[in-house]
Amino acid sequence: MTALTQAAPTQAKQRAQRRHMSDGALVRLFIFPTLIILILWNVFPLFYSLYLSFTRYSVIANRAPEWIGFSNYTAILSRPTFWQSFATTGVYALLSVGLQTVLGFSLAMLLRQKFKGSGFITTLTLIPMMLSPVVVGMFWKLIYNPSYGIFNFLLNPTNPRLATDMLANPVSAMLAVVIVDVWMWTPFVMLLCLSGLNAIPDYLYEAAAIDRASAWFQFRRITLPQVAPLLLIAVLFRTIEAIKAFDLMMGLTGGGPGKSTETVSIALYRLAFSGQFNTGQASALAYIVLIIIICISNVYIRYLNKLRGE
Amino acid sequence: MFKKSLFLLAIIALVVASVFVGSPARAAVTELKIIWAQWAPADFLQTLVQDYETKTGIKVTVIQEPWGTFGDRVAAEWAANGDAFDMVIGDSQWLGQGATQGHYVELTEFMTARGIEKTVTPATLQYYGEYPPGSGKYWAYPTEGDANGWAYRMDLFNDPAEKEAFKAQYGRDLGIPETWDELLEVAKFFTRPDKGLYGAAIYTQIDYDAIVMGFQNVFFSYGGDWYDENFNMEGVLNSEGAVKALELYRELYTCCSPPGLSNAFFQETNDAFTSGQAAMIMNYFAFFPALANSATNRFAESTGYFSMPKGPDGLRFAALGGQGISINAYINDERKQASFDFIEWFAQDDVQLKWAQLGGYTCNIEVLNSQAFLDVAPFNAAFAETMTFVKDFTNIPEYGAMLPIAQSALHSYVVGGQGTAKEALDNIIAEWTPILQDAGYIQ
Repeated sequence: MTALTQAAPTQAKQRAQRRHMSDGALVRLFIFPTLIILILWNVFPLFYSLYLSFTRYSVIANRAPEWIGFSNYTAILSRPTFWQSFATTGVYALLSVGLQTVLGFSLAMLLRQKFKGSGFITTLTLIPMMLSPVVVGMFWKLIYNPSYGIFNFLLNPTNPRLATDMLANPVSAMLAVVIVDVWMWTPFVMLLCLSGLNAIPDYLYEAAAIDRASAWFQFRRITLPQVAPLLLIAVLFRTIEAIKAFDLMMGLTGGGPGKSTETVSIALYRLAFSGQFNTGQASALAYIVLIIIICISNVYIRYLNKLRGE
Repeated sequence: MFKKSLFLLAIIALVVASVFVGSPARAAVTELKIIWAQWAPADFLQTLVQDYETKTGIKVTVIQEPWGTFGDRVAAEWAANGDAFDMVIGDSQWLGQGATQGHYVELTEFMTARGIEKTVTPATLQYYGEYPPGSGKYWAYPTEGDANGWAYRMDLFNDPAEKEAFKAQYGRDLGIPETWDELLEVAKFFTRPDKGLYGAAIYTQIDYDAIVMGFQNVFFSYGGDWYDENFNMEGVLNSEGAVKALELYRELYTCCSPPGLSNAFFQETNDAFTSGQAAMIMNYFAFFPALANSATNRFAESTGYFSMPKGPDGLRFAALGGQGISINAYINDERKQASFDFIEWFAQDDVQLKWAQLGGYTCNIEVLNSQAFLDVAPFNAAFAETMTFVKDFTNIPEYGAMLPIAQSALHSYVVGGQGTAKEALDNIIAEWTPILQDAGYIQ
């Protein structure tokens, strides 16, 4: 009888265990599908495209990839037009990120002071970065139009048509793209700087004021070092985005005139799609860009760690 | 428990696999899908195919993809050996890829057995249907014939004061230009920036093929060509005539093009015309219906049309646009047969006449020569004349790698003003040479 009464709860417990999964099984059930999706959608394409970068292959040619070693890499690196694309990307990244950093930080310093309507103005300044880059490209194209665009009207109010056609000249076209990117992404840098500025404890400034530190000294020794980590993160994000820049240029200049605003991403797009479908070389170029981004990111991260004293 | 979760995963995998692997049993074809670019002729075709549905019960859907992504969407389907569409009305330049890479079904036997190849003009059959050139192998039925032409403001050209001023300045009557030099003179005459009027709007867009197409009109007429029959480019692509042609094209852009047209294609040139900025515009005939419509063009009543002018030696060419209809090689045999049947119906003279009446640009000889066709639209006479001297960019499978190089070099010189015309053409040769060497066309 005792044995029977002991057996009953054990069976019930087992049945309950069957009905309810263990924590481990539940964890595995959540992790495995994600893992499978991750492998299928991220890891496999990553390694497959690496393999393709060493082959002669066109995705539409109905022919198997043919192993050619480093030929795609040497072909890309020995072609002047690709170096031109890299140079264009570098100039663009340097100008746009540089200007965004200076303007974004300056704006944050201004908006740090609380005044009537400062919250509303801060929200307004964020609008450009909420827009789609393609849409921004399209309407700035209208703004730059020498016949009816407002930009040339500001340059030459008496006869806007006589002002420079911003998108038709190789130098001004790059400047035009940089202006739009700065307009669009300065608020992002400002936002990060503003959060950094707001996090600086007041007692640091109070102590500095007691020591009769000048405003410049306070800025150099308190504000800048305190904001630097967040500013650097903003610069890192913007640099990576600038190196990948594609949609804004495509909407605004299509990479022209000639190749004057053709960034490496546009060159990559044209190689991979747009009638060429040179999948092997496009994969190789994508890996070159990836390596460059990793190298630049590492420099930033090392400097960031240095700032944090790690 | 681990076994249990594995079992659950196996069930999920089975369900997913059944979705992807499972295929419905083959049934009689009740619907055909044609993919084409998103533009007015595709709407006309969608209207026309209702007759086919009435006759056969087979519904035909014209899938319209915006021009910017049309090529990529078709290529993605080719890459996947997909059957999302039964037929494609593809660009003439795709023929090489479609034929040699196995994306198109060969139509030679079908077209010759039914005499279809004799119903269309030889030039359209050559450029829209045949690959390799001169081989007699056909891969597409010429569907939408198109080429570059000109629209002009008749009110300006017929204004007595303008006529008098032009004669005083150039010593000849103001009229439709017969040579490229005359066109340049007329464009300069009408360029008056202080009044917001410019002589000519031309293609300058760097994407895909716009500036190449625009330049080809002058280039071929000046005796230039991309290469000779042996794929030699030196002295052909950069010949004296070719250099002069490119210089003229740039002059046309710098002297007489409305501001802001540094990246212009069909929409931009039409806009320049309808806004009253341009006295003449270059465009594909397929985009002229918007100019003939008073709802979209306030100058519609006084808009005239003319064919491409001649070069200095009397040569006359117009860059070819337009497309042919091909059958997707990745559909099943039933759908292929249904597609053959559809093309056979579409190629009939009476259907082609209706196609033309709806606004489509037929390549059918009978219809093109009929008065009924000429009466359909004010620009049809110029179109019919143009279709006798059309010429296309290369359609070898390597065109995709060659086209952006030419686009970029031409855009750099014409719009960017970088280097000389000779340097721009030399750059094209330098960059095309390894491509043609790799493909085995030249040593």
